[in-house]
Amino acid sequence: MCLAVPGRIAEIFEDHGTRMARLDFGGIHKTVCLAYLPDAVVGDYAIVHVGFAISRIDEASAQETLRHFRELGILEEELGEVADHEYAPPPPCPIPS
Amino acid sequence: MKYLEEFRDGEIAQRIAAEIRQITTRPWAIMEVCGGQTHSILRNGIDQLLPPEIELIHGPGCPVCVTPLEMIDKALAIAARPEVTFCSFGDMLRVPGTDRDLFRVKSEGGDVRVVYSPLDAVALARKHPEKQVVFFGIGFETTAPANAMAVHVARREGLRNFSMLVSHVLVPPAIDAIMRSPTNRVQAFLAAGHVCSVMGFWQYPPLATQHRVPIVITGFEPLDVLEGIRRTVRQLEAGDARVENAYERVVTFDGNAPAQALLEEVFAETDRAWRGIGVIPKSGWRLSDAYADYDAEHRFDVRDIRTVESPRCRAGEVLQGSIKPTECEAFGRECTPRAPLGATMVSSEGACAAYFNYGRVVQLERVVSA
Amino acid sequence: MSAVLPETTAPAVTPSFDAWTCPMPLRDYPTIVLGHGGGGQLSAELVEHLFLPALGGADPAALADSAVLTLPGSRIAYSTDSFVVRPLIFPGGSIGTLAVHGTVNDLAMSGATPIALSVGFILEEGLPMATLARIVHDLGAAAREAGVRIVTGDTKVVERGHGDGIYINTSGIGVVPPGREIGPTRVSVGDVILVSGTIGDHGMAIMSQREGLEFETTIQSDSAALHTLVGALLDAAPGTRALRDPTRGGVASSLNEIARASNIGLVVREEAVPVRPAVRAACELLGLDPFFVANEGKLLAIVPAAEATAALAAMHAHPLGRDAAIIGEAVDSHPGMLVGRTGIGARRVITMQIGEQLPRIC
Repeated sequence: MCLAVPGRIAEIFEDHGTRMARLDFGGIHKTVCLAYLPDAVVGDYAIVHVGFAISRIDEASAQETLRHFRELGILEEELGEVADHEYAPPPPCPIPS
Repeated sequence: MKYLEEFRDGEIAQRIAAEIRQITTRPWAIMEVCGGQTHSILRNGIDQLLPPEIELIHGPGCPVCVTPLEMIDKALAIAARPEVTFCSFGDMLRVPGTDRDLFRVKSEGGDVRVVYSPLDAVALARKHPEKQVVFFGIGFETTAPANAMAVHVARREGLRNFSMLVSHVLVPPAIDAIMRSPTNRVQAFLAAGHVCSVMGFWQYPPLATQHRVPIVITGFEPLDVLEGIRRTVRQLEAGDARVENAYERVVTFDGNAPAQALLEEVFAETDRAWRGIGVIPKSGWRLSDAYADYDAEHRFDVRDIRTVESPRCRAGEVLQGSIKPTECEAFGRECTPRAPLGATMVSSEGACAAYFNYGRVVQLERVVSA
Repeated sequence: MSAVLPETTAPAVTPSFDAWTCPMPLRDYPTIVLGHGGGGQLSAELVEHLFLPALGGADPAALADSAVLTLPGSRIAYSTDSFVVRPLIFPGGSIGTLAVHGTVNDLAMSGATPIALSVGFILEEGLPMATLARIVHDLGAAAREAGVRIVTGDTKVVERGHGDGIYINTSGIGVVPPGREIGPTRVSVGDVILVSGTIGDHGMAIMSQREGLEFETTIQSDSAALHTLVGALLDAAPGTRALRDPTRGGVASSLNEIARASNIGLVVREEAVPVRPAVRAACELLGLDPFFVANEGKLLAIVPAAEATAALAAMHAHPLGRDAAIIGEAVDSHPGMLVGRTGIGARRVITMQIGEQLPRIC
């Protein structure tokens, strides 16, 4: 129910009387409905679900969240790369043959 | 992709997971409501980074899994009609009805089309006045604004050849029903971040208080899901039961006002049968009386649909977390992704399909960082 | 009716579609009619005035029912493929381009040098002649560029409504040098998996044109003939075990097939697999996994660990392998299964899809 992807508003226009926008998703552009974000302007980021922008992304908040993440957890060891978790493959699922 | 890939950072993910391991002292059962979150968990292996004490119960948050069988059968009946162009999201194409699915209908000559947006179905109606274009309006509150706008635009333009088959389901009543179930094991919820981007989260504090459960509004990328879990565990360990917003960059308390305004106009509350679970009162939306003309259920006579759910399917118990898929006798035998008995075996985030495809058994292999 | 195009040492004048003018008598028929498949005068005109000039060969009097070829060596690779893609013309190519590359690549994946192709057309009544001309010219151009001859062909016409504009079948013959044994059963634990470049380009180029899913993009199909890349790879890494071009079903399907056929476990490191940013964005938007999206100009190679560096270098030096990467290995656990190491260091079992991957909202 919830696949929504962030994009940057590149252009705003009207189509058949409905407020629409062309969004840049980082390499592709798609036209979506912007009727639910009447105050959004070109340059804003929004998340898009089934061709509708349903929420602006608060960029300050996003940066704050990332900052918080980066400061999380002082570990004894330095993690340069993503550590490979010890992986034991799951035992075969009991699917009867 | 900005504001997406940063939230997939593997190193940070492992740090958040390490935090979770540090603060967990006993077993907790947490349910993520949203199918999109389930998909992210399985796709990225997020649960493998958690300590063994944390059990994630995959909730009924996928419209594919919970759309009532009767509604699927109505969709199939309408789609089979020669004058109809039936438009749907891709997710619904393989969901089994009583005796077939939309793919079968298509192969038998039905004009069934996958669309990305409900507005694409409206565009088809404009382009093909000779066809009756019907859109399958399923989904949670996240999708409802899109569906509402489509039918609103169609009515505004007087597109008489457009109609919508509506089967919306709502999250708060589902949380309430799950907590009231006598077999409930859920101790906390990760609420659906994108549902809340539309509705806000003002509906959740009464639920948290009444049922004494932490409810953390959570996003979808690995870092968002892990952070949601971290805040949830922190509350559980402290004996708290509050609503917390862990998806602040997108979700506000009030939500999207223009969207909620149109939802008020286009939809009306209704009781809804959740496939496999049963009727949850006031847990769905149907088209309001003002939009009755655009309701496919009225336009096409589908009143005599007789539905027969497979007696062997226990999807409802799986959806509520009462049983694991492997505890169902049909699992892997007459019920497989190729020949699913119920929706939880069809959907890529249905628990049964996940267990089958990802080869998981009972408890996932836990991984412990060095 | 079958036609044989005689060998010519020099290619015919390279046709330019821009300058192409529909010759008489084809101009009388702006679209394909049933008569074009009747074996009579209309059929002959189609062959003489469109197919022969575009596909090489100038003398209609040399038409015979089958082609007789003199082939060096005695190990023949033989493959067939049918092409039903919609839309017929897409960014980066057309069904004509695919028709050559698909079969040439099938031959190349056995380590064969492609020699000759047949081409069979099933045309739908009403297909615009201009569309057919574009497709046939693409076919001829792809064959010439690949150094492969179209030596025999056939055309049938079906009634309007009974075909999708055009279906093409090509089959091809190639020669495998002595001593070359490429196949999944040779894969062993410790072998390394390489991909020749970015994945998902073709499938997303097609997707961007499908009604209801359109988006603006610069994504082009990667359709290409891979046999010279294979040649360079095998020169540098003669111990190469298996080759596969991940077409329908993508990298996930091909690696699953190899894992099953060899009964060896394969692990792919997801972050190592190259994906163009635009392809990634398009997949995110539609909820698609690039691992399952079709490619038409890429290969997967499984090589002994000792030859991996040389294999990679050889691909990097070739125009079609600039973005080649090492993406995984064959392991001694989970035999027959393909497992992905996700970006957060966890694992997921990557299974074959039941059918086609569809855009999702969930």
